[in-house]
Amino acid sequence: MIENALPDDPTPTPLKATPLDAWHRARGARMVPFAGYAMPLQYQGVLAEHLHCRAQAALFDVSHMGQATLTGVSAAAVMERLVPGDLLGLKPGRQRYTLLTNESGGIIDDLMVSNLGNGRLFLVVNASRKDDDFTHIAANLDAGTHLQPHDDRALLALQGPAAAAVLARVNPDAAQLPFMAVAAIPLAGILCLISRSGYTGEDGFEISVPAGQAEALAQRLTAEPEVAPAGLGARDSLRLEAGLCLYGNDIDELTTPVEAGLTWVIGKRRRAAWDFPGATVIRDQLENGAVRHRVGIRPDGRAPARAQTDIVSGDGTAAGGVTSGGFSPSLNAPIAMGYVRKDMTADGTPLHLIVRGRPLPARVVPMPFVPHRYAR
Amino acid sequence: MAKPPSDTHYTKEHEWVRMDGDIATVGITDHAQEALGDVVFVELPEIGRDVAADEACAVVESVKAASDVYAPLTGKVVETNQTIIDDPSLVNTDAEGEGWFFRIEIDDTDAVDALMDAASYEEYLETLD
Repeated sequence: MIENALPDDPTPTPLKATPLDAWHRARGARMVPFAGYAMPLQYQGVLAEHLHCRAQAALFDVSHMGQATLTGVSAAAVMERLVPGDLLGLKPGRQRYTLLTNESGGIIDDLMVSNLGNGRLFLVVNASRKDDDFTHIAANLDAGTHLQPHDDRALLALQGPAAAAVLARVNPDAAQLPFMAVAAIPLAGILCLISRSGYTGEDGFEISVPAGQAEALAQRLTAEPEVAPAGLGARDSLRLEAGLCLYGNDIDELTTPVEAGLTWVIGKRRRAAWDFPGATVIRDQLENGAVRHRVGIRPDGRAPARAQTDIVSGDGTAAGGVTSGGFSPSLNAPIAMGYVRKDMTADGTPLHLIVRGRPLPARVVPMPFVPHRYAR
Repeated sequence: MAKPPSDTHYTKEHEWVRMDGDIATVGITDHAQEALGDVVFVELPEIGRDVAADEACAVVESVKAASDVYAPLTGKVVETNQTIIDDPSLVNTDAEGEGWFFRIEIDDTDAVDALMDAASYEEYLETLD
């Protein structure tokens, strides 16, 4: 039998611990290595935690992710040299999803950028990429700009349809944040940096908190009857249902924003200037089409198709590969996403997934698999 | 979980085997289901298939991962548990009972003696932590 590591985790040892390590263990979490950290895979079980997040609210510890502040009058201009997003146009108090791209148009990482005002950008990057990201950003600073990583902060995600009602009981100001807004707001006497965003497809909040006060905040939030802790297992199945990319699986340095279906991150002004890393390649793909595209896939039966599964077309020729796949608790059926040849991207296109040596019938479907319920 | 009956044997791959004459009923252990988490899919061998000991012949998938289930003994598959196809969660709730996988008519009934008994399996599990 296989033990319970998440797929594709290159596990360095010794593992780092998040500020909530003891809190997870006291709640019976099954801890697994992920991106160099001991992280909770599950507490009660992935299915129960997943469905609880869709029905009420789940609290995730995502303190393994990288947090940093980029400070300087030209911080947005500096950052724009590395991403295709419009950051000069990002207003104070607003957050934006963007991509660090390389000169080949590949994706170095996907990240959230918030404008805290006064020449400060707050960044949240993937755990597995944070060292490389911060080195890359630091290497591209100008004289007046400073990058400060925040190893001293934890990050909690409160996600689900009850998240706003729960947070309103702690501080009504927090629940007033619009979608993709960010503000420094105290929760239970702790000054937090809160954004209304997440990685589940649900309404919710990401809360950056000083490491020493993370446990008190987690305790306060889980004291609310709607809130249950959830682990990385549910986080992965929730984001897959929401059609959201997992860096390292669905996007990487050999994947472009065009192939990944992320061209909406390219700002209008950036699309006129073509002045970001990889712009030449990305522009060519936008104008002439990419050879492959990320699509949603529904296998016909009940057998899940996991990442690395080969995809073939009806005539048996190679058509691509699955990059994320598993079982959707909400749909009670297997779902997957992957890259297919450009002639096979239309919704309803039949294809076969090679699972344990046999072709499994499947079809291309639109994403998300489960509708987003963001606070619009 | 009740203490497993003493006529149950175990493999290092975390299958259990219960003999009735020359028919072996096979499933995954309670430890295995616990480690896997919520089971969402099971694939069982064709009836009539000849299987060799340690041959992968079934699949169990949780939300998180897929795992092979191996034939603990050499023989022929004579029955499979369709109930767990329709309700895979039975593997979690009653792994060593109603959540059985398949039955094999085995060639050599003495071969079962080479498998672990409950006490040996408990000791084996302690070596894995």
